[in-house]
Amino acid sequence: MKVVLKDLTKIFPPRGRKGKPVTAVDHFNFEIPDGQLIGLLGPSGCGKSTTLYLICGLEKPTSGQLFFGEDDVTNLPPENRGVGLVFQNYALYPHLTVEQNITFPLENLKKSERPTKEEMHTRAVEAAKLVQIEALMERKPSELSGGQQQRVAIARALVKMPKVLLLDEPLSNLDARLRLQTREEIRRIQRETGITTIFVTHDQEEAMSISDMIVVMKDGAIHQIGKPQAVYDDPTNLFVAKFLGTPPINTFEGEVRSGQLYIGEAAVLETPRAPDGRVYVGIRPEGFRLDPEGKLVCHLTGVDVMGRDTSVVSTHEASLDVNVRSIIDSEDAQTISGKEVRFTLRPSKVLLFDRTTEERIRYGK
Amino acid sequence: MENNRKAWLYLLPAFLFLGVFMVYPLVDVFVYSFEEGYNFASESFFGTGGYNYSYVLHDPYFLQAIKNTFLMVVITVPLSTGLALLISLALSSITPLRNLFQTIYFLPYVTNTLAVGLVFMILFRKTPYSDGMVNRLIHLFGGPTVDFIEGPYWAKMFVFCFYIIWVVMPFKILILTSALASVNPMYYKAAKIDGTPRWRVFTRITLPMISPMIFYLVITGFIGAFKSYSDAVALFGTNLNAAGINTIVGYVYDMLYGDSGGYPSYASAAAIILFAIVMTITCINLMVSRKTVHY
Repeated sequence: MKVVLKDLTKIFPPRGRKGKPVTAVDHFNFEIPDGQLIGLLGPSGCGKSTTLYLICGLEKPTSGQLFFGEDDVTNLPPENRGVGLVFQNYALYPHLTVEQNITFPLENLKKSERPTKEEMHTRAVEAAKLVQIEALMERKPSELSGGQQQRVAIARALVKMPKVLLLDEPLSNLDARLRLQTREEIRRIQRETGITTIFVTHDQEEAMSISDMIVVMKDGAIHQIGKPQAVYDDPTNLFVAKFLGTPPINTFEGEVRSGQLYIGEAAVLETPRAPDGRVYVGIRPEGFRLDPEGKLVCHLTGVDVMGRDTSVVSTHEASLDVNVRSIIDSEDAQTISGKEVRFTLRPSKVLLFDRTTEERIRYGK
Repeated sequence: MENNRKAWLYLLPAFLFLGVFMVYPLVDVFVYSFEEGYNFASESFFGTGGYNYSYVLHDPYFLQAIKNTFLMVVITVPLSTGLALLISLALSSITPLRNLFQTIYFLPYVTNTLAVGLVFMILFRKTPYSDGMVNRLIHLFGGPTVDFIEGPYWAKMFVFCFYIIWVVMPFKILILTSALASVNPMYYKAAKIDGTPRWRVFTRITLPMISPMIFYLVITGFIGAFKSYSDAVALFGTNLNAAGINTIVGYVYDMLYGDSGGYPSYASAAAIILFAIVMTITCINLMVSRKTVHY
């Protein structure tokens, strides 16, 4: 099921006498193609969860429309939209068993649509099998681990065969190892069911690793929509560039003078199409190459060996961050010595941004 | 070992206190209840045996007190808990003026029992000079007037139960509103996604979630109601046997100090019987709650 947001806006009324109205979602326009896994990504408080609640119907939009396929669902109550929602803390009913939790949505259906007891059981078992918890059907949520609880929550959301599955911060309550495992699991379940799935996260790695498409948000506004790699390689502004990638992008103050990019007094790169003027320079950690003849000279503070790669930590007067962090091959790192490191830059990993608008300046050929 | 000794030392004051003021009196009452004709002044008695129990259990006043107490308990505990639940639900579903209403509902809790009893008496009493407000209301709707304070048994029982419900409700409302507020709103959101009808949300989610608190209120409600005495005095005066509305604790008191006063042996036997009743009811309550409260 295709999901279309048309000028969707949510303004929360002011709290208290001196409060100001808060625009949580500001004129959202985008289309989610059928059967895709979409990550809503942004720092906390940017309106991701509100967007999710608008889509499932827990919140009513202030203006704008929402379509599932060709149907306008803007004013439909949640139960008539055919959505499944997995809450951040799962919201499993603690007094019901796993099976009762999974069948709960079915029991709420009107008499005419409600399946028989046996059918409910079959469907619960089917949903449980999909998330691999069929052995736990008689347990209470308190007797399950965090990962298992989440599977139950997903099964409960899937049992009604929703057209759209929504996940609110699905991995935030899990420990690091389980998180890796679970995100693969979500990907697999989504592939197997083919249900259009939207999930919310503040963890860019999580969003990049499993989504077909990511939507980067900040302060209730969409900053960029696209395939994870495309957004990473080609961010539209400084915020998106900073938000994606671990370690994060290194930022410098720079200046373009007659087709040359200067960081400090060193001309580090040719930028033929960029207009002259002061700019922000973003360099991905993998954009540095060790080079004894390199133009960019940094003061070495340390070398972190991480096995496959080596992270070189250094400082530079023009850097806007505390450290300049670059990732290079472990073999090349053997040559590092002394107080200075010299780099040449890979042009595709160097991004320029306007000083005032922070929008991207495209300088390539 | 060293730590153990220290721990016992720290516990000693509490143990001493409880031993002197709780365990000893309890055991003492138990002993008195088997000593026939115990006399406080001479500290003497005729003999030992079950006669005290047999006397008490054949005393029509005691049987009346048992009947009154049970009737009152059976009526007031479920009714007050149910009403408190309804009021708490209403309170938690309104936002404007909630604090005001909460304060109003809590007022009876801080009001003096005897003062409230006096007000009830004035409302319900019928004297040769005045009918009282309640009777005037009944009269207005064409019903026969009745003296609720010195009239027929059912009328007295009605006022008694009414009064007790009125007195015990604030505490229950307080507990239940906070129990309702502590249910994670996430569950209601989850229920909303599934289009759960309101009644089902209440019976399948809210009620099970607050069931531990409800059982706490029922258990303490039973214990409190079985021990009620001052409520009866506030409404009907001290001569409860004559009024036919005595409670078990009232009977114990009468046996100790009342007009007929000075029968500590009978009083002890009655007290032990009450203890047995409360113990049994509480055990049953706990057994039921263990079966139905799930987490």
